[in-house]
Amino acid sequence: MAQKTTFDPRWGAGPILARGGVSCVADPENRVTTPDAQQEVAVKELHRRARLRLLRMHYESGVGHLGGNLSALDLLLTLHHRVMGKDDLFVLSKGHAAGALYVTLWSLGRLSDEELVQFHKDHTRLVGHPQADAIPDIVFATGSLGHGLGLSAGLGLGKRLRGQPGRVFCLMSDGEWNEGSTWESLIFVAHHGLAAVVPIIDLNGLQGFGTTTEVADLGCLADKLRGFGLEVREIDGHDPEAIRDALSVEMPVRPMAVVARTVKGHGVSFMENRMEWHYLPMSAEQYAQAVEEAKRR
Amino acid sequence: MRTILAAALVRRCEDKDFAFLTGDLGFMALEPVRAAAGARFINAGVAEQNMVSVAAGMARLGFRPWVYSIAPFIYARAFEQIRNDVCFHKLPVFLVGNGGGYAYGVMGATHHALQDYGALLGLPNLKVYVPAFAADVPVAAERIARAGGPAYFRLGSDETPKNFVLPAYASWRRLLVGGGPTLIIVGPLAGGILGAAMQRPTEIRPTLWVLSELPVLADEIPAALVEDIQRSGHLVVVEEHVAEGGAGQALAYALLLRGAAPQHFSHRHALGYPSGFYGSQNYHRKECGLDPQSILALTEKP
Repeated sequence: MAQKTTFDPRWGAGPILARGGVSCVADPENRVTTPDAQQEVAVKELHRRARLRLLRMHYESGVGHLGGNLSALDLLLTLHHRVMGKDDLFVLSKGHAAGALYVTLWSLGRLSDEELVQFHKDHTRLVGHPQADAIPDIVFATGSLGHGLGLSAGLGLGKRLRGQPGRVFCLMSDGEWNEGSTWESLIFVAHHGLAAVVPIIDLNGLQGFGTTTEVADLGCLADKLRGFGLEVREIDGHDPEAIRDALSVEMPVRPMAVVARTVKGHGVSFMENRMEWHYLPMSAEQYAQAVEEAKRR
Repeated sequence: MRTILAAALVRRCEDKDFAFLTGDLGFMALEPVRAAAGARFINAGVAEQNMVSVAAGMARLGFRPWVYSIAPFIYARAFEQIRNDVCFHKLPVFLVGNGGGYAYGVMGATHHALQDYGALLGLPNLKVYVPAFAADVPVAAERIARAGGPAYFRLGSDETPKNFVLPAYASWRRLLVGGGPTLIIVGPLAGGILGAAMQRPTEIRPTLWVLSELPVLADEIPAALVEDIQRSGHLVVVEEHVAEGGAGQALAYALLLRGAAPQHFSHRHALGYPSGFYGSQNYHRKECGLDPQSILALTEKP
């Protein structure tokens, strides 16, 4: 059924997804669908190209926040290119990974090169954290942590009540498990058995002002999630095949979660596991080095 | 008012987009909604933040959820979810806050909502509905559903005077004409004051208006109200909400914009807990000068 999309110039569109609407699905023409050997090369090239574009976008706009974008990029690319179908929805709960999401949408042909140049500029749609109804592919404005899982639960429950197919993937940070509202949402997902809702945790181990262990140590998050009755898959969050395998399953009987071990600043040696790359923009020299490293990968 | 709302919502259950979420409250009131709505009635537990986010997610798929708790728990606890998830996206999520103002009386300050609509009215796209009488509730609910944007429905207790023929629900209604000042009352507080004013001689009683929808916009103030204010020369605004962000401040501002500032302006509003002691809703109203006798003493003073 056709989607009705109307934009309010001030505040956005309202319910854009009337009856079976879909957001953030891969354009089939841009998907990676080649056979195995070729596919491996194609996937590697896709991730390399996207990483370079992400670095360039942040550098040209003088923007920091790279660490959490680089930790999330492989997850976002794999999810959108190789997992999600037309009935699936995506919520970026860790809104500070907006750059990686924009680049993922660019890699799908949903955002243009010219638009990426506007990242963080005045009069832009590409805000530091996704803006409400600025980009049709982005279902919800996020940026304040602890909202995405609840929003995803509402989408998942809505799908169930409507009898609609598809899943709702929610990319979360590990830091946002400090938020009480995240636990409220986990209880809700578990209690209602919302198997359509798939939280994916970007477990990079660094949060705003310290490591997750130093700030509010949760011990093993995967075990905590299992304690709520979720089926948990722990993977290397930078291995595209592992990500795809963990997420490309039939709708499970009980809710599942994917705990993806990642590296903040992944792929750029001087950024990896360094707190400052949650915030700082790159100098010209740093950018040159980052590009060299990203090209070699 | 909430049992009347429940009955009104039962009639809405036929709409496939209807959904109802409660924060684990509604015993002896919401059972009919639960029975009629089936799976679309969701007890979200004692977790208001998640409840509002879930409602926003459902609204994105075309549902039009009503979200219920007592007033302070819905507007204050889940404020950021209301702002980010609902209002930023202009979604049809209808928040129902039972017991606005001091309605929960001796339950204490944590259960009162004295800053609710002031806090919410700064949010984009949100409209506030404060029905004054039980009979208003179904009509206001219909208007909320029809408007289809974020809404906060502030419920209280019905105090409709006996033998009073109530005009149909509207955002502005003139309930009584008199020779005294022009009195504007927000929501259910109007009932008791109306009942007392009706007993007074016409020449000294106030001209009484009730206001049920916020924000107050300058160009939506009825011409008849502006005439009453100009004629009487004294405007008194009464509300069970603190002055800051309340309807009194909004009206003063709107009338200035309209070039219709009253000669004299008085504002009676919630003062919190000036004595440091607690009691029933009427106890707190009296302490703030919001009881009918205090209001009439103000409007009838020479």
